[in-house]
Amino acid sequence: MYIHEFSDPGCQDVREVGGKAAGLAQMTAAGLPVAPGFAITAAAYRSYLQTDGLQEFTRGVLDALGSGRDQTAFDDADRTISERLTGVPLPEAIANAIRAAYAKLCVDTGVDNIAVAVRSSATAEDSVGASFAGEFETWVDIVGADAVLEYVHKCYVSVFAGRVLSYLAEKEIDPHAIEMAVVIQKTVRARAAGVMFTLSPTSGDRSKIVMEASWGLGLSVVGGEVTPDRFVVDKVGLGIADRTLGNKIIEYRRGDAPVEVPAERRELLCLQDDEVVALATLGKKLERMHQAPQDIEFAVDEELPAGSNLILLQCRPETVWSNAVRKPAFDAGAGMMSWITGSISGATAVPAHTHDASHRH
Amino acid sequence: MTETTPGSAARFPFFNESTTPAGGEGWESMYPYYLVPSEETTEHENAQFWFADTMHWSRGCHPFDSIGAEAVYLGVGTFSTRIFALPVSLGLDVRVVNGYVYISPLGVEDPARIQERVAIFQERAGYYYANWDELYGKWKTKMEGAIDSLRTIEFPRLTEYDPAEVVMEARGRSSAMAVIENYHRLIDEFFSIWQYHFEFLNLGYGGYITFFQFCKQAFPLISEQSISRMVAGVDVLAFRPDDELRKLAALSHELDLNPIIAGDSGPDAILAALAETTNGRTWLAEFEAAKDPWFNYFAEYGFTHDQETWASDLSIPLQGISRYAVKIANGEDISRPIERLREERDEIVDEYRALLTGDEARQFDELLGLARKVFPYIEEHNIYVEHWSHKVFWEKAWDLARFLVDAGFLDTAGDMFYLNRFELDMALFDVVDSWAIGVPARGKKRWQAEIARRRPIVAALQAASAPPAYGIPPQQVTDPFAVMNYGVTTERVQDWLGASDGATDKLNGIPGSLGIVEGPVRVLRSEKDLPLLQPGEILVAPITAPSWAAAFAVATGVITDIGGMMCHAAIVCREYGIPAVVGTGFATARLTTGQRVRIDGKAGTVVVLEPALETETATEAAPAVR
Repeated sequence: MYIHEFSDPGCQDVREVGGKAAGLAQMTAAGLPVAPGFAITAAAYRSYLQTDGLQEFTRGVLDALGSGRDQTAFDDADRTISERLTGVPLPEAIANAIRAAYAKLCVDTGVDNIAVAVRSSATAEDSVGASFAGEFETWVDIVGADAVLEYVHKCYVSVFAGRVLSYLAEKEIDPHAIEMAVVIQKTVRARAAGVMFTLSPTSGDRSKIVMEASWGLGLSVVGGEVTPDRFVVDKVGLGIADRTLGNKIIEYRRGDAPVEVPAERRELLCLQDDEVVALATLGKKLERMHQAPQDIEFAVDEELPAGSNLILLQCRPETVWSNAVRKPAFDAGAGMMSWITGSISGATAVPAHTHDASHRH
Repeated sequence: MTETTPGSAARFPFFNESTTPAGGEGWESMYPYYLVPSEETTEHENAQFWFADTMHWSRGCHPFDSIGAEAVYLGVGTFSTRIFALPVSLGLDVRVVNGYVYISPLGVEDPARIQERVAIFQERAGYYYANWDELYGKWKTKMEGAIDSLRTIEFPRLTEYDPAEVVMEARGRSSAMAVIENYHRLIDEFFSIWQYHFEFLNLGYGGYITFFQFCKQAFPLISEQSISRMVAGVDVLAFRPDDELRKLAALSHELDLNPIIAGDSGPDAILAALAETTNGRTWLAEFEAAKDPWFNYFAEYGFTHDQETWASDLSIPLQGISRYAVKIANGEDISRPIERLREERDEIVDEYRALLTGDEARQFDELLGLARKVFPYIEEHNIYVEHWSHKVFWEKAWDLARFLVDAGFLDTAGDMFYLNRFELDMALFDVVDSWAIGVPARGKKRWQAEIARRRPIVAALQAASAPPAYGIPPQQVTDPFAVMNYGVTTERVQDWLGASDGATDKLNGIPGSLGIVEGPVRVLRSEKDLPLLQPGEILVAPITAPSWAAAFAVATGVITDIGGMMCHAAIVCREYGIPAVVGTGFATARLTTGQRVRIDGKAGTVVVLEPALETETATEAAPAVR
């Protein structure tokens, strides 16, 4: 089984499709809007590595490193492996399955040669508990079946990139424990995009949903290249508590290079109130599904009609505040009278958890 | 005197730097000496921060009416300082300046004394919290007893000869003795009632504040409105008078009486016209039934002798009924959706509760329970004290005034209120004593001349509005009661200080009730102006009382000079879903009727959208001293 559409129940098997694809499948199953697409399973990757003795080859190269564990050694290994892997195309059965799935995506969306994103969705043997977020690449605006195959192939090769090898070595993970599932998904034509936390990332307040968004793709927000617009929504009642205009100097219309945002559009909030509320509603739903605060990437697709143009790109548990130990306002061991005494004595409670709320995407 | 060095925080003028409005000179002589700033107390006064209590006295007060300032702050003081021993708060010191009441929170700073007070407070307040419902039940009985006692007060008129019963019942003392005795009872009961008022109030606020602080800690960005919405009583006594009006409006509509009730021929003519038809008589019976006690309701807070109750000026409730009746006729549903409000409240609570776990969730439950236990008192006590008790108090005061007119001592009853309570005690003794001896009262000319002197002084004081504060502002306003009840926060005080810098297009206040609205304002300085309010206007007033609720059916927003998020304007506006900004300090002075403003009940801001027609600088606030 090389292909799972997001709506296939099998696509929720994180071991076979990786966390990214499983997350998208869960969201699809819950009726949450994601860009349409499919996953290429870990089975496809395994089957590729079994072609032409590739796995024996890679194992040989890595074993030969011995104790030479510096970056130069990893880069040399990278070159050797990628030269070999690049010369071995995907097996016909896998390539055909991907071509068929891509063709079906074109039909389903009504777009010929639809531009897609090719996103790595690494998975690993159960014994490996690590997260690979940020280690592997994503390519957007890939057009046509041949190009899709080319980037899936690149994705496979990227497992042995020098940078990745050194990361895995540091974590003492055997690169062969990693399996590369791949997500193929319509490239979102983002009028605006951004990030949403289902709590306040600066105060940890769980009764707020905070989103930051800018024009174009979310790259500018995640990469910190703009000061995004900021919206604060009450989780209870879904009222917009605050809107702050950012400084949105550039935008990514395509994945390649940013362009300047015209002056008049910098002065406009990139999300309408109804979009903010609809996104917050989705955030609330995701938090309930996962029973924990979430960190969500979203976009507003300009190719899709209003009302169905909000796309969730990614959802993962928020980790900074969620893992902090939360203390109640008053000493749980003392009685209510001591709480009242403190309160009327103007002893303003100190937040029980204060730390730098910076976070990475 | 505290020096303010250049660059340090600005302060407000000291009392001895205040300017008396033209014609108001000599006001100091009208009030008991301890209510007036004096040389002996200057050092203390100039070290304190004083803010105007325009919540209770929105106008300069008559000498007699300053009894309220005595009673209220005697009550606060005894319970905070001496009875419950609030750990860091003593009472509120009080002064009358240019006729307006100013108060100053006094704190405890010595750690050893705080510790001592903590122990006493926990024991004593703990007893009240533990037995709240039972003691609140007893409180109602005490209050009803005090009101009944006030009702028995009489001032028998002086006759040529004492009544025959004095002899036949061998009473052995003149019936005229009752005049003096009952005057003292009137005063004493009033002070008692204000003791009872504070028996529960600060403890109630304490319970509420504790829940509030819990929420602020658990949800650092939560709005004050969200917290108060979780606590809000939906079906409390405070809403009964207005509910009665709605009921009567519905009945009027049902019985086809709207054309009569909406007439502008005055209450007497309206009631007479109603008495002529069967339907009208049916309605009148309901109207009569509602009157006692629900119309014993001041249009403001009942701290001045010249305020009307609904019962004393039936045009107020009739106007409210008529406004509701028009809405019903237009097909609007005016019923307060108690079920829906309660469900909404419970949903909000459930959602916030679901965000908490473990100890936090347990504390939330416990403190919400506490807040809900104490909240009915916070919402209901005004009915008993400021409305029901004050109504009888002023009725009896007016009866005493008429006694003095009947005795030939005063020309008109209203003159009595130009004397303070001690002067009145002297004058009464003079009247009774002179009658007994058989001579004309010795002070008649003396007091009438004094009243004639005071009349223009009081008029001049009342024509001016009160600067929001005097003295040295605290770095931080920490007194939770000043914040909760009066809306005096650190930010507000800074706004007041900056107010003379010329920023006139914006007023900041306390977010009272959510929502944003734009419209022309109607500035009302007294409840007597309420009929002027037109549909679509934003009501601007020194303070609004719950009894203004029918006006809220017409107003699209409310702005007040004073009040916190727990003040009645805020509570009632939230209830009726009208945006409100309270505690702005200057709204009645700054805004002129007809000006368009935008109010944001969430941010607590009022933005002036167009300048006033006249360019007069309306603010009479004293400039900050830098």
